[in-house]
Amino acid sequence: MPNRLPLYFLIFALFALLAGILFGLTASFQYIVPELLKEYTPFSKLRPFHTTSVISWIILGATGSIYFFMSKIERLQIAAPSLVWAHFIIFLLTGVAIYISYAFGFMKGREYFAFAPVLIIPIILGWILFGFNFFRTLRKKVRNWPVYYWMWGTGIVFMIYHLMEAHLWFFDYFRSSFIKDMSVQWKSYGSFTGSWNMLVYGISIYVMSKIKKDSNVATSKIAFFFYFLGLSNLMFGWAHHTYFLPTQPWIRYLAYGVSMTEWVVLGSIIYNWKRSLPKVDKLNHPMATKFMMSADFWILLNLILALLFSIPAINFFTHGTHVTVAHAMGTTIGINTTILFSSLYFIVGNLNFSFPKAQWVTKRGLQLFNISLFLFWCSILAAGIKKSYWLYFTKQGLFSEMQEGLAVTYGAISFFGVALVISIGMIALPLVKAFIKQIRTSEPDY
Amino acid sequence: MINVIFEGRCYGYFYRCIYLFKMSKITRKYFFVIAMLLVLFSIYNYFIYSAESYTPSSALTSQAIEGQELWQENNCWSCHQLYGLGGYLGPDLTNVYSNIDKGPLFIKAFLNSGVSSMPKFNFSEGEKDAIIEYLRIVDETGYYPNFDASIERSGWVKIKYKDAK
Repeated sequence: MPNRLPLYFLIFALFALLAGILFGLTASFQYIVPELLKEYTPFSKLRPFHTTSVISWIILGATGSIYFFMSKIERLQIAAPSLVWAHFIIFLLTGVAIYISYAFGFMKGREYFAFAPVLIIPIILGWILFGFNFFRTLRKKVRNWPVYYWMWGTGIVFMIYHLMEAHLWFFDYFRSSFIKDMSVQWKSYGSFTGSWNMLVYGISIYVMSKIKKDSNVATSKIAFFFYFLGLSNLMFGWAHHTYFLPTQPWIRYLAYGVSMTEWVVLGSIIYNWKRSLPKVDKLNHPMATKFMMSADFWILLNLILALLFSIPAINFFTHGTHVTVAHAMGTTIGINTTILFSSLYFIVGNLNFSFPKAQWVTKRGLQLFNISLFLFWCSILAAGIKKSYWLYFTKQGLFSEMQEGLAVTYGAISFFGVALVISIGMIALPLVKAFIKQIRTSEPDY
Repeated sequence: MINVIFEGRCYGYFYRCIYLFKMSKITRKYFFVIAMLLVLFSIYNYFIYSAESYTPSSALTSQAIEGQELWQENNCWSCHQLYGLGGYLGPDLTNVYSNIDKGPLFIKAFLNSGVSSMPKFNFSEGEKDAIIEYLRIVDETGYYPNFDASIERSGWVKIKYKDAK
């Protein structure tokens, strides 16, 4: 396995993150000043740029971390190192092609996959290469897989399946029936998120077990119980997105039932809350641990929110409002991003980097991140509640009047968004610097 | 030659079976759970893919499909929602077609002029008609927001259907 390859994935991921948050911030300004940059980059262009970049951060950050753990920490002989190169090149070129597709308006896709649909082929190919290498590497070499290998394996397989499922609209059978088409589209999106969560949560268990030096975290029966619960939710728990689509009622009943199983996860988090607080300074990877503890907090908040709006009676009022955005931001930034930062700082620690100055900046960055994200999250929730009130408790006036009434809330979202961007910069830039330094000092790849 | 291939395959399967037996008891148990979940998932997918809308509605016409393509090419979903799904910079358009204060002419006017946050699109008359046809069929499928839905004590919401069976 080439020494530098996982780090290339991670640097690529960090640049995608920085680009994604800048696109997101610019888009948030357009809520306050709708005509801002409208001629050059209207909201309809900025949003795909933002979502694709942020999703790329999660995917590439997870992929790079998994390659690093397998090859550098577990010291497994990667089955086909040349395919890791191929995987990287395919994702890099496809990423460039997607940006070009957005910039020049070659967009025929749908939400989250707005790019020219043909680009889904190299993306799926990249995942197939990843899966092939992953299973070939682990097969026969590791007995009694810890839960994170199962999570990564199923994450990869379901990612391939749901990327294909998200494009079933190519076929007239799905496309010509609007309700079926919408159901399948949102089913695939829910499970697409579930698939990357499998990768990211697997990483969190891996990092925790290594920091605590306790393999039980990843091999206990309870770890597998939660894995299977998560997998069931990935497969069957998507339909709360579509409670109000006139689908067959059994689809929605089932979704309600499956979603409610997540109360078990919430109960477990609360039960383990105090026990899971380690003494940070005594551990080997203090920054990685601090990020993981932040993730714990964000999991709690977002799980409560998700559970509440999975109840149809509450979903009725929150669906179609910014409450959904708050949940999306809370999970992608609060949970996925903090876990990936934890993973990246764990990797930096394993590369034997000590950068005291950068650590000071990162610590302050993390404090600012948590505070600004919390206020950002609350502001989006407030916007959602206000919109819901307008929808259901007033005699709906003009949409534009409602939007104008939200000007202060949108201002708060942008203001805390700026603070959030600064904090992410404070956390991500030292990582970019450390990875580039490592690449320069490590042996070249052949 | 065929025999060699056949025997090779047989050996392949044989070794795979041996590998399965070599697994620890707990790993075999986990494989079994996953296999069961996959069976359920396949059955579930079959029903989802073959389930029709609860209420009868027209299939998308070729004109509506052209409208849907324009909807996608121009990223209308970035700002607008259908059944509350999409972006929040613009209003939900599920029932804009049948809304007595809005309707086809209103949609056309917006497509012609744009608004402060919406770009002015240079659609031809045929393209505008295609988008309107798409929104007509969407409108036919149901209501959103579903103001007449009833909330039950169990937390369930009984939605109101268009032309309920």
